[in-house]
Amino acid sequence: MAQVSLRRLTKTYDGGVAAVKAIDLEIADREFVVLVGPSGCGKTTTLRMIAGLEEVTAGEIRIGGEVVNDIPPRDRDIAMVFQNYALYPHMTVFENMAFGLKLRGFPREEIARRVDRAARILGLGELLDRKPKALSGGQRQRVAMGRAIVRDPKVFLFDEPLSNLDAQLRVQMRTEIKAVHQTVKTTTVYVTHDQVEAMTLADRVVVMNQGRIEQAGPPGELYANPATRFVAGFIGSPAMNMIPARLVPTAAALAVALEGGPTLPVPAERTARYAAHVGRDLLFGIRPEHVTEATRTDKPNLAPIDVTLDVVEPMGMETLVHFRLGRTSVCARVDPQAAGAPGEAMRLAVQMDRMHLIDPATDRVL
Amino acid sequence: MAPDGVSGTIARGEADVTVPRRRTGSLARLARRRSTIAFLLALPLILIIAGLVAWPATWAIYLSTLNRRMTASVGLDNYLFLIESETFRMVVWQSCFFAITAVLLKALIGFWLAHMLHTIPARGQRKWRGMLLIPWVIPPALSTLGWWWMFDPSYSSINWILNVFGFPSIPWLGTPWWARIAVVTVNVWYGAPFFMIMYLAALKSVPEQLYEAAAIDGATGLQKLLYVTLPMMRNIIAITVLFSLIVTFANYDIVRVLTNGGPRDTTHLFATYAFQVGILSGHLPRGAAVSLFMLPILAVAAFFILRGVSRRAREMM
Amino acid sequence: MDAATSAANRDFPKLYRRAGSLSRERAWALRAAYASLGFAAVIFLAPPVYMLITSLKTNAEMADQSLSPWFVREPTLEHYAAILGNPLFLGFFRNSIIVTLIVVAITMAVSVPAAFALSRMRFWGSTTLATGVFLTYLVPDTLLFIPLYQIVGSLGLLNSIWGLVLVYPTLTVPFCTWIMIGYFASIPKELDEAALIDGASWLQMLLRIFVPVALPGIIAATIFAFTVSWAAFVYPTAFITKPEAMPLTIGVVSQLVRGDTFAWGQIMAGALLAALPPVVVYVFLLDYYIAGLTAGATKG
Repeated sequence: MAQVSLRRLTKTYDGGVAAVKAIDLEIADREFVVLVGPSGCGKTTTLRMIAGLEEVTAGEIRIGGEVVNDIPPRDRDIAMVFQNYALYPHMTVFENMAFGLKLRGFPREEIARRVDRAARILGLGELLDRKPKALSGGQRQRVAMGRAIVRDPKVFLFDEPLSNLDAQLRVQMRTEIKAVHQTVKTTTVYVTHDQVEAMTLADRVVVMNQGRIEQAGPPGELYANPATRFVAGFIGSPAMNMIPARLVPTAAALAVALEGGPTLPVPAERTARYAAHVGRDLLFGIRPEHVTEATRTDKPNLAPIDVTLDVVEPMGMETLVHFRLGRTSVCARVDPQAAGAPGEAMRLAVQMDRMHLIDPATDRVL
Repeated sequence: MAPDGVSGTIARGEADVTVPRRRTGSLARLARRRSTIAFLLALPLILIIAGLVAWPATWAIYLSTLNRRMTASVGLDNYLFLIESETFRMVVWQSCFFAITAVLLKALIGFWLAHMLHTIPARGQRKWRGMLLIPWVIPPALSTLGWWWMFDPSYSSINWILNVFGFPSIPWLGTPWWARIAVVTVNVWYGAPFFMIMYLAALKSVPEQLYEAAAIDGATGLQKLLYVTLPMMRNIIAITVLFSLIVTFANYDIVRVLTNGGPRDTTHLFATYAFQVGILSGHLPRGAAVSLFMLPILAVAAFFILRGVSRRAREMM
Repeated sequence: MDAATSAANRDFPKLYRRAGSLSRERAWALRAAYASLGFAAVIFLAPPVYMLITSLKTNAEMADQSLSPWFVREPTLEHYAAILGNPLFLGFFRNSIIVTLIVVAITMAVSVPAAFALSRMRFWGSTTLATGVFLTYLVPDTLLFIPLYQIVGSLGLLNSIWGLVLVYPTLTVPFCTWIMIGYFASIPKELDEAALIDGASWLQMLLRIFVPVALPGIIAATIFAFTVSWAAFVYPTAFITKPEAMPLTIGVVSQLVRGDTFAWGQIMAGALLAALPPVVVYVFLLDYYIAGLTAGATKG
């Protein structure tokens, strides 16, 4: 068990491509941290540097307080689960899990005891004599985790472990990974490009983009208060609507004038926060679930808008409706009963206390 | 190494100031260690390539400039002598005729058979493939003995069949042209199965969906061949043909066993002639010169193969 | 398709004519395929079959020109008995076995580690070396036998099977290394990373992960090395003139064929026996054999 800390960690490849740019991150003991971001954002490179599979260009990695930059992977006391499982095809499940222990010279009874325990945690008891070829995708995934568990390492590293599974299995394995972490409580760094995985698994989500950390925080915090335009757009599905807008002063307080749309009142408690940005070109950010049918009155600060529906997508428990405001296509989540047909007019309500204003010059959320 | 290593271990527990120096030292050492192991693993290979291929090839060039007793340099005299020799010009001509005819026939027959194999149900393919590859499996020096006996002037079993159908006997190895045809025939018999296997593997690698898409677009069988199969196989066809060109050009076994260059040196190839001049007649330098005449042609073929292989490697990524 | 276009299509019947029944077309294609394959099989198998027929004939039957050469009336094993009782021939066999086994061992010991180093552990000049391996494979033995004749001679190894053991690796090592590079390259990179994290050293990784995982490739390479060493002809012809040191290929061709009194039955029996080991290997390891054959061009 150990904390992991990255200080000014940098990776520049031979061709001069900077994959990771001086990131700082403190991961507490027993914490489950998920690195998430689009492909090429540097999350996998970061993980591989922690594992010792990539050399560090500059900066420092500490595991349990010890600087590990120069230590080869086998001496870092870490375990890793790979995207394609990387099970040794010529070894049985037992041998796969035992291999790392055998190379480290563990006595046979100890190996058997540990493999047994891991097999029990993961429900692999029946499969110990099988070869990986005879296993299903989910079982292979479990063996890969078992191989990590038996080592009882300081840190677990997961590199997109679920992306080779089909959708249903992915949900199931996600739950299992969480359950395993609650059992063994090992510090975990988990890389994924799937924001749902990140939100559901993490104690803390770290959103990366272009080699930098955009924002790190608990899932709910990232969802409710994204710090940057990138995080606002990346977390949440369907993505947050961003509509070009301008802040205008009104008699009482402030309002946002949407491009090609109405002017909506800003909640009074935000007047001070936004006062400095009056008159500037901004982006008005609002999640689809915060634009609903106007018949609802249970929320404060509802601002009505009248729109003409373009596309209507029934999802079952709710319906997504798309309409245009100026050049922007906007999505709203409404009750299936309330949704109209394409081409029809509809009155929607915007929950103004869930609004965000983004400065397009700095890409920061104000 | 040693003092540096010691200071490295001492520094391990110390303050951050020593970090950069220690890092570079240790990383470089790790990388150096890996390269050293890798180099040692590859060393026997390097020795074989350098000592038994690169060095002899270089030595051959030097050797070809010496006189018969290898006591003095004669410059390019060996080459000039060969260029002016009637027999050698025939060797050049026959080598080209042999290689080009044989490779073309092998490629065409191989392609046809591969296509036919690809047509029949997958269950039967293994059996046929196994049977048709037999000529390639028997050491050519030995199977050519069988052909020699089939071409025997008085007991030829091929002529017996011709006679049954009312054709006259053919003096297979007795006249220059029939001997040339015989040599090419044996080489095609031996090499066509190789082409068949290569093309079959390539045919199998063309995704079935492309054919289905072409069929829905209205392509006939011939159009599928022209617009789907051949473009997809272009690279592998080129590699196989060029590779076979090298091997056929440098062929030795078949001619040595079947005709030994005769009648009247009309079927000699570079290799058999080099053997005759260099080893049998004992003029090593001139023999070396004969085989070195192959070099330019081989180099051109090798260049294009290498290009094709790397291009294919890129496509497969 | 709306009404207008379907009407237009009907106006151009040539564009949309039916090409005939699918099943009938398929049946004809199959018939053509089987006919071609059958014809090819007859031609391809005729020489070895004829060799077998000849080897089973008595000398009297062979000499009788009134009989069909393609049938045996009184099969006899006398040629096989004679050739197997010939100490010279048994000597060829022994030489071939010794040379081939040693060369196969050397080849695998050289090419597997080298392929591992070249495909997984980049070092200075490793890409050049990989290209060099491939180029070496393209250099034919007939280009090298004269300088090698001198080199082997200067080592005093002419007329010795050890001369062959020395030079045969030039025939086998480049190709085996090349296909092993291909096989190793197809092993996912994550597998060695998992092994690194599990604590394996480079040698452990090679022996405990790569060798077992690439076993089909190793078998294919071994088969290749075996067949090539067994069938090698140019080098023994050039380096060996003493019958005692000859391997099978040159032995059968040069020693059994004497003057004009050809003992065809014995020659054919000897040639067939000499060809037997590679054919047996081929029959039992067909899939590996073909994998190795096609690997050179399709992998890497």
